[in-house]
Amino acid sequence: MAHPLDRPLTLGVALDGAGGGFTAADHVRAVRLAEDAGLDFAALGDSLTGVSRPDALLTLAAVAPHTRRIGLVPTVTVTHTEPFHVSKAVASLDFASRGRAGWWVEVSRTGSDARAVGRRPTAPGEELWAEATAVADVVSRLWDSWEDGAEIRDTATGRFVDRDRLHYVDFEGPGWSVRGPSITPRPPQGRPPVVVRAEDDHALATAAVAADVVVVTSGTLGAVRERCLRVREEVAAAGRDRDGVFVLAEVRAHLARGGPGPDRAGAGLVHTGSPGALAEALLEWGRVVDGFVVGFGSTDEDLPLFTERTVPLLRESGVLREGDGPRTLRDRLGLARPDSRYGAG
Amino acid sequence: MSGSDGIRQVRLVAHFPGVNNTTVWSDPRSRSQIDFSSFEELARTAERGRFDYFFLAEGLRLREHQGRIHDLDVVGRPDTLTVLAALSAVTANLGLAGTLSTTYNEPYELSRQLATLDHLSGGRAAWNAVTSSDAFTGENFRRGGYLDHTDRYERAASFVRAVRAFWDAAGTGRAAVHRDRFFDIEAVPTLPRSPQGRPVVIQAGDSPQGRDFAAAGADVVFSRHGGFEAGRAFYDDVHRRLAAHGRGDDELLILPGVTYVLGDTPAEAEERARAIRYQQVSGATAIRFVEQVWGRDLSEYDPEGPLPDVEPDLERVLTQGTAAARSTDRAALVERWRARAASEKLGIRDLVVEESARQTFVGTPEAVAGEIVRHVAERASDGFVLVPHLTPGGLDDFVDRVVPLLQERGALRADYTPGATLRENLGLAPRP
Repeated sequence: MAHPLDRPLTLGVALDGAGGGFTAADHVRAVRLAEDAGLDFAALGDSLTGVSRPDALLTLAAVAPHTRRIGLVPTVTVTHTEPFHVSKAVASLDFASRGRAGWWVEVSRTGSDARAVGRRPTAPGEELWAEATAVADVVSRLWDSWEDGAEIRDTATGRFVDRDRLHYVDFEGPGWSVRGPSITPRPPQGRPPVVVRAEDDHALATAAVAADVVVVTSGTLGAVRERCLRVREEVAAAGRDRDGVFVLAEVRAHLARGGPGPDRAGAGLVHTGSPGALAEALLEWGRVVDGFVVGFGSTDEDLPLFTERTVPLLRESGVLREGDGPRTLRDRLGLARPDSRYGAG
Repeated sequence: MSGSDGIRQVRLVAHFPGVNNTTVWSDPRSRSQIDFSSFEELARTAERGRFDYFFLAEGLRLREHQGRIHDLDVVGRPDTLTVLAALSAVTANLGLAGTLSTTYNEPYELSRQLATLDHLSGGRAAWNAVTSSDAFTGENFRRGGYLDHTDRYERAASFVRAVRAFWDAAGTGRAAVHRDRFFDIEAVPTLPRSPQGRPVVIQAGDSPQGRDFAAAGADVVFSRHGGFEAGRAFYDDVHRRLAAHGRGDDELLILPGVTYVLGDTPAEAEERARAIRYQQVSGATAIRFVEQVWGRDLSEYDPEGPLPDVEPDLERVLTQGTAAARSTDRAALVERWRARAASEKLGIRDLVVEESARQTFVGTPEAVAGEIVRHVAERASDGFVLVPHLTPGGLDDFVDRVVPLLQERGALRADYTPGATLRENLGLAPRP
């Protein structure tokens, strides 16, 4: 399974949102650094309570008009949020960014989130991720509920839409249902790419059926290689093309100053050292994965070092995508735009 | 509320065209109702015209007629908050207001989203809090189902109190707790206090409970009474309720939704208004209107011919997802329509064109500017929500031709105050 780098590495940055500021300018600055370096996407983390950070999807919507090429991937949690709202929010980000939206699916595990919303208590991970699988399914169906070309503007008959090309989804989830169709037309990408962080086997089960991009969080290269194989097995077991998903390793980079304290070590591959050494490490690690999501010890200090010093070395090695004119995130990743599942064809 | 020379200031709102037949899509100038460029263009036009805010309505279920999706009007809308957040990036001074349901959202989550929008926009966020009670829309949501009508406003008021409690607790590090028969929630808000502290709250209900709900706590009423006399009566009624709630006259603005048509002469404006009405009511649309009232399939009738001679089926409701479908006294309407069609010798389409006419201001730019100033000066309103019939260029002529006249009269700002929040631009008393 060693990857001979026969396709370009996919490279995104994870801006966890915490400490990233609250004005649009704070976030535009960071995402533009990543865009100017030619990276594939910027992900922005989210959580309802606990960590002080803004709503990720709205923040990236405000970043969208200030950027042209980079994918914008907010975390949107599904445990307490209505699936109908998730669907149209991501679709609307796709419209606002002209086809550059993705969706990082997360669940909400904390009691503080549950008390803030007040609709349900916390639940075990298995139950949360099983529900996330259902939410990802209905969201995808709602995106498909308007076939492409449903809007006809036929002045001869006075019809704005062809209602035979709008579809009820009639989805039954665990304890809830959604009738459809979406109020929002099919987004530019058809289905914006879905990202799932396969941090455990429950999340992996969701990733196997729903994700276009799977993030693995193992802490050593050997464990990453094994996890990557496991992801592809599960994807195949779900009846999908085992090589049709991108498996990215989570990396945490500490470039400006010394290594993490034990409390900040977190998950994923950890790099502490120079930007040049990180480039060498990524080239080596890139033999077993399709790419990386790189987070930082300090976004303010480490992100500029990464984009100005690490990325150019990778680009010289020829492992990154070239030619970064305006295009959709799916196009950038080489994912075909799917037809609606409800289409007659 | 007044300019330095004592002229009452006109508040202006740009309403993005909606999904009913006010919006004309058959005109060659009509562009996308969903591409971001359309929202951006209308917002930029409104900002050029020194409007107070941009307004985006919301619908959470596609309308249906005879059990099928209504296909004659514009269909398809975005997520309200996402578009407003994106617009914050392409505007600098314009308020950003949207309709968001208290029935199908949760207070904490919405408070955090609106606080995020207020931070992103530098204090320009506003929320039109609406209640929904129909099980039809609820079929798209976990918290579906029907709310008792009298409970609607109590629950909505509780929802708004909860949202404000979370806003007020921002930056204090303490938890806001909200417990009553509708909610049992608590959280330590994680965002710092936003520039406005409390984003502007708009309310649109018209029933006595709706008016009280607005008088008790809203900052703006989006009213449906654009005519002068009806506007005066509504204005007085709501201000009486405002006083009863111990609030001052400068704590609530009343902004009716209106349409307008301009012409170089009064006759030309009238002619254009009539042409627009016929664009808004195609033959097929006219038949659908009459079907809604009759409760019957009338697709065999000629829209240019007389009203159906069959009796209406008042038990049947053919249309779902519109307010009119639930509230109209249809028997009385049939009687009135028949009388009018007979006395004025009107066919179906002609009658519907006359009956559905919504144009408030029709005339030369000078006349329309004069009427707007008069309505505000004599307290029939504090300004207007302008609903254009074309996407996205429908306010171009207003901004080019009426706005300069309002500015000459001292009734509209020549420029924004740099860095002002929406609350400051509206001249609303500061919140504690």
